[in-house]
Amino acid sequence: MDMDKNLDTYQEFVKGIWRDNPVFVQVLGMCPMLAVTNSAVNALVMGGATLFVLMGSSFLVAALKQWIPKQVRISLYIIIIATFVTVADYSLLAMLPGVHKELGAFIPLIVANCMILGRQEAFASRHGIRFAVMDAAGMSLGFVLALFSLGSIREILGNGSLFNIPLFGETFEPWVIMILPPGGFITLGLILLFFNWVAARKKAFLEQVAQAERESL
Amino acid sequence: MSRKDPDLLIQTTPVLRQGLTTPHAMRDVWLSLLPLVLAATWFFGIGALLLLSATIAGALMTEWVFTPEPRRRDVIRDQSGLLTGLLLGLTLPPGLPLWMAFLGGAAAIGLGKIIWGGLGNNLFNPALVGRAFLLGTFPIAMTTWSPAGGPGQLFEIQGSLFALPFQSPVYDAVSSATPLGLMKFEQQSTGLMRLMIGNTGGSLGETSGFLVLLGGLFLLLRRDFDWRIPAAIFASAALFSGLLHLVDPARYPGPLFTLFSGSLLFGAIYMATDPVTSPLSPRGAWIFGIGIGLLVVLIRNFGGLPEGVMYAILLMNAATPLIDRYTQPRVFGRKAGPG
Amino acid sequence: MNQRVELPTANQPSSTRLALSVALAGLISGIAIIGIYEATLPTITANKARQLREAVFKVLPGVSRMQQLGFVDGSLKPVDVPIEDLTLYGGYDNGGRFIGYAIPSDGPGFQDTIALLYGWLPREGRIVGMEILDSRETPGLGDKIYKDAVFVANFSALIPDPDIVTVKKGTRSAPNEVDAITGATISSKAVVRIINEGQARWRGKLPAPGQEPSLPDPAESPEAGPGSG
Repeated sequence: MDMDKNLDTYQEFVKGIWRDNPVFVQVLGMCPMLAVTNSAVNALVMGGATLFVLMGSSFLVAALKQWIPKQVRISLYIIIIATFVTVADYSLLAMLPGVHKELGAFIPLIVANCMILGRQEAFASRHGIRFAVMDAAGMSLGFVLALFSLGSIREILGNGSLFNIPLFGETFEPWVIMILPPGGFITLGLILLFFNWVAARKKAFLEQVAQAERESL
Repeated sequence: MSRKDPDLLIQTTPVLRQGLTTPHAMRDVWLSLLPLVLAATWFFGIGALLLLSATIAGALMTEWVFTPEPRRRDVIRDQSGLLTGLLLGLTLPPGLPLWMAFLGGAAAIGLGKIIWGGLGNNLFNPALVGRAFLLGTFPIAMTTWSPAGGPGQLFEIQGSLFALPFQSPVYDAVSSATPLGLMKFEQQSTGLMRLMIGNTGGSLGETSGFLVLLGGLFLLLRRDFDWRIPAAIFASAALFSGLLHLVDPARYPGPLFTLFSGSLLFGAIYMATDPVTSPLSPRGAWIFGIGIGLLVVLIRNFGGLPEGVMYAILLMNAATPLIDRYTQPRVFGRKAGPG
Repeated sequence: MNQRVELPTANQPSSTRLALSVALAGLISGIAIIGIYEATLPTITANKARQLREAVFKVLPGVSRMQQLGFVDGSLKPVDVPIEDLTLYGGYDNGGRFIGYAIPSDGPGFQDTIALLYGWLPREGRIVGMEILDSRETPGLGDKIYKDAVFVANFSALIPDPDIVTVKKGTRSAPNEVDAITGATISSKAVVRIINEGQARWRGKLPAPGQEPSLPDPAESPEAGPGSG
């Protein structure tokens, strides 16, 4: 692939974790992000399932791209993604029935996570297998990181525990709202606020540096 | 539509909206709230003052932290953060731990005001946002009502106030039910006289119907708020509860009980009239108030909760931009209707 | 990058080819899904059966064997496929003697449907256990219907005659009363109502004491044998 020449494996991997984080920067995949992050375990299992689906789909799409006619490519991507989602759904039901019950309909709904289809259309279908898989791994790890940070904050405040290990003793007063949907919205909003604040600070700093360089010339 | 000043064109979106920032109006509000603070102390002991200080501290500290340096002094000086903290404190149960009250003050300013861009841009009444946050976060502590004491207990402070952060409160006395709770769960009414005086279970500043009305009357005489909003709330709450009362007097309380129980008076006079979050035009004010009264009656009688004033006002706050849009005086020379 | 311009109409694949590629993908996907379904089905069925068996043993102390019973043609018989609304589980001790019924029932809670199972000893007219199977009650409040051991213990000795009622916490005084959970009155009442509905549904349908369906020979029906879980 000609356009892969400019790419760097490491860069393609790390961009999804921070710079292009699917949740905090691209604001994709909001549905599972808000719905199932009321505990760290739920967040990790959801993230793991998404990682499996995204890496599998990106690999297949990149590997099969010359046989995928572009007129029907979206249908084919969805078939590929849905297959991986079904595999993840049944495997979780067999291996972790308790968590599967809590995640409920949100496992099948991974199909509708626009982050996954977006990576196929924007990246995997245009690049080689190695970069596609690296990109998928980075993006899904960024997604897992986001789910986990939201899930752990909500579990710590809403249940006084992390991974079901109590942190504040017997008489902890739970912040009930944190495990309910409004807590998801509030926490996510505050995290996005933080990311935007960091981005704004960084931009201001870089401008200052550029200014200083211009003046010194 | 006739307004006091016919030359003044009131428009919604492009003009700057401000809260009660003139010192004169602000002083009136403080004066009208003073009897409520004293009554709260009288009924619930000096712990009430600690609670009010905690919400105010939470509100002011949040305001301080999130305001950029050059504007800090102005923002603190305009007293609106102080007022938000005090109003929130007056709606809290008397035995609430101080750390929760502080958090509520912080949520009121942070989630109710700062994230909207500061005073004048917020869609919801900040004090009620703080209260809604507390009710959602600590539903048990926020609905545990310590009984009203008397002068003998003036200097007794309830132990539950001093629960450590993140820890559950331990209550000294058996909790008492509010008049609304008694009505909803035990079908037991409370006499009007007690509701007027205020020696019932309930939020700090809301139990005494007489004092709240007095404060409202004072603000009305000083023309500090739009009288139409409380008038519309009282009228519609009385009308709808009266209709229900006619259908089944045993199940649905009558208009007087509806008006004087819970936080209806306090909410109508101090929360719903917030100029930032209520409609501008007189017609809008009527619609706004009638909506609140209707929602209060619906929530109290058909909802899962005994009290609904807070959610009623917040819901109508959300409808305020829409009300403003449809009641905005028509620009001269344009045809009515769309297009 | 190559700057070769692609002509839009030049090498359009035929619609047959498009249809074929989608059909092929669907076929492969279907095979994969059947594969994973077949591979996980035994584990999933075993998990469900184990959960049910554990719940039945929990609500009926002393029971170590069970069978599914359905109300068919006017009487209670062992069934393989659950009968809508009229299925329950008979609980037997090691010697195959009948002990009681585990009765599933469901109804609206505060947030969503609550499904539960309760243990009923028809000979003594007593409820001896309750287990919530499925619920989405508010965490920290409504979920105490299964997290609060004190509340669950209410159901270990109840005589539902007349119907069970909830009373304010700490005021339980009669054998048909249940201490409600403070702050979750609606969820507590829902649990009691669901049990009362279960009792009403089965009233007159259960056989007279001594006539309960007996356990088939364990050799015939291995699933009803001693619990493996």
